[in-house]
Amino acid sequence: MKAIDVVRFAWRSLTAYRSRTLLIVLAMSIGVGAVVVLTSLGEGARRYVRNQFSQLGTNIIIVFPGHSETYGGSGGMISGRTPRDLTLDDALALRRVRGVKHVVPLNIVAGEVWWNGRHRDVPVEGSSDELALLWRLKMAQGQFLPPMDARRAASVCVIGWRVRDELFGTQSAIGELVRIGDRRFRVIGVLQQQGEFLGLDIDELTIIPIASAQAVFNLHSLLRIALEADRREDVDAVKRDAARVLRERHEGEEDVTILTEDAVTSAFDRIFTALTLALGGIASVSLGVAGILIMNVMLIAVTQRTSEIGLLKAIGATPQQIRAAFFVEAAMLSGAGGIAGLVIGQLGSWGVRQAYPSLPAFAPMWAVIAAFVIAIVTGVAFCVLPARRASQLDAALALARR
Amino acid sequence: MIRLTDVQRAFRVGDDDVHALRGVSLDIANGEYVSVMGPSGSGKSTLLNIIGLLDRPTSGVYELDGEDVTSLTEKRAARVRREKIGFVFQFFHLVPRLTATENVELPLMLAGVPSDERAPVVSGLLREFGIAHRARHRPDQLSGGERQRVAIARAMVMKPGAILADEPTGNLDQSTGKDVMQLLEALNARGVALILVTHDPLLGARASRQIRMVDGQIA
Repeated sequence: MKAIDVVRFAWRSLTAYRSRTLLIVLAMSIGVGAVVVLTSLGEGARRYVRNQFSQLGTNIIIVFPGHSETYGGSGGMISGRTPRDLTLDDALALRRVRGVKHVVPLNIVAGEVWWNGRHRDVPVEGSSDELALLWRLKMAQGQFLPPMDARRAASVCVIGWRVRDELFGTQSAIGELVRIGDRRFRVIGVLQQQGEFLGLDIDELTIIPIASAQAVFNLHSLLRIALEADRREDVDAVKRDAARVLRERHEGEEDVTILTEDAVTSAFDRIFTALTLALGGIASVSLGVAGILIMNVMLIAVTQRTSEIGLLKAIGATPQQIRAAFFVEAAMLSGAGGIAGLVIGQLGSWGVRQAYPSLPAFAPMWAVIAAFVIAIVTGVAFCVLPARRASQLDAALALARR
Repeated sequence: MIRLTDVQRAFRVGDDDVHALRGVSLDIANGEYVSVMGPSGSGKSTLLNIIGLLDRPTSGVYELDGEDVTSLTEKRAARVRREKIGFVFQFFHLVPRLTATENVELPLMLAGVPSDERAPVVSGLLREFGIAHRARHRPDQLSGGERQRVAIARAMVMKPGAILADEPTGNLDQSTGKDVMQLLEALNARGVALILVTHDPLLGARASRQIRMVDGQIA
């Protein structure tokens, strides 16, 4: 039997039982569409996070105080040590590391900003002029913190968009004095409205020089130090040298954690890829359900077409030919369902992108291909039983029935 | 051409063995016209199925054209059926979703004959059987007589040596039945062996050789 004839024969039975064909194609397409849409959501989340990080600049190295290590045995309470603080002097020492472009000490404290009897609870960030470069901060009015000795506790501040709005209303904020803690700060700049960044609402932020923050809030340690390397190739060397400098300063102890932006991003990447896989896996359950549906429908078809199968045997169809006819029919059904599902899925993820423009929901290519292939494989795999039943049918018996 | 030697066929129904054929020996020559008659349950259909290779003897030997075909594989049996035997049934057994032409070309298709070689053979047969004008109609648009003509065309399309007809007129009115019989007999006159199963004695009497089956044996 020629392949084209097998396909044509299958096509005739698909078009002859139209509602049955449409139902299966629908079931299969929902399964494939679900895989495409759900994986596009996972992929969208991954890209969203990646975009957030890319705002950070690429050659970032972050130093945290503390180092996870296991000390002692069950007597951890006794033998455990408190990690040494990360200090402003540590940050200044890191400036001497070769290949470092920026060193940004960071501290964030929940504080209050007062002006004219009004006040607002905001995160107060102590940092330096280089923060603007690191975070790509843009000014709406005025200027950012000026370059200065990091130990100088200058009384100037930069405020976020909403802080300005809430405290000053329509009045100009530049040049006004606000009170933070027990000190007065002159507002020298207002940040452009830019929403959340890495979970921190930039519009709510008030930024003061690091030394001022240490003084106002009576802090001795830093939350973290961010470094930016000159070039991508330098990142590893800078990380190593920074670790060495800090070890020397901390009496030979490895008590800081140094992460590169790469490591953080790839960790998130892995998490979201796993999430996407999990979503795809859940969605492919519906492909399995569609496969079982195909099996049922094909079993019914074998029963319905008993006399036809008997006839085909009588006029010389081999068991292989009868099996092939059923397999091709199942493959065409699931293939059509797969194609329809890809259309549904692409429309669905397009809809998601329309509804949430910040979420780049594009189904990854591997998920699209896998969904389609799994659809056809399940369709054919679940057809094994019906096809075998058809090919083993007793022709004499099948023809005896009307 | 067809030689059955002491063929037995037993079925198991529940705990009982039912003997459909009890030692049938039969020779049918090329081009012969044989009718098989007998009451229902006498084993006529079982005999026809065994001759048509749709069923296998429990014991005994079946030779077709000098070849032992008693225990062929399913695949080989299908090939032999396709090439040497044409079936005509009481209920026509046309594929409902296919046109007359497509039904007739099914055996050619199964044999792997390409589409452009099938077309002239099929249209020639339809013309010969007087149903060329119905070529593009589906079975449900055809009369009973036309359906049986399509079925006979399908049986003839591979130019088999024998036609096995199981009550071919059983579902037709008398005059249509007569036309169909004339068509079958015309084919027989051209050298195709015709084996006709019927319980109509008048129909059976037309055959040049009549076999009566009683209780699984040739009487």
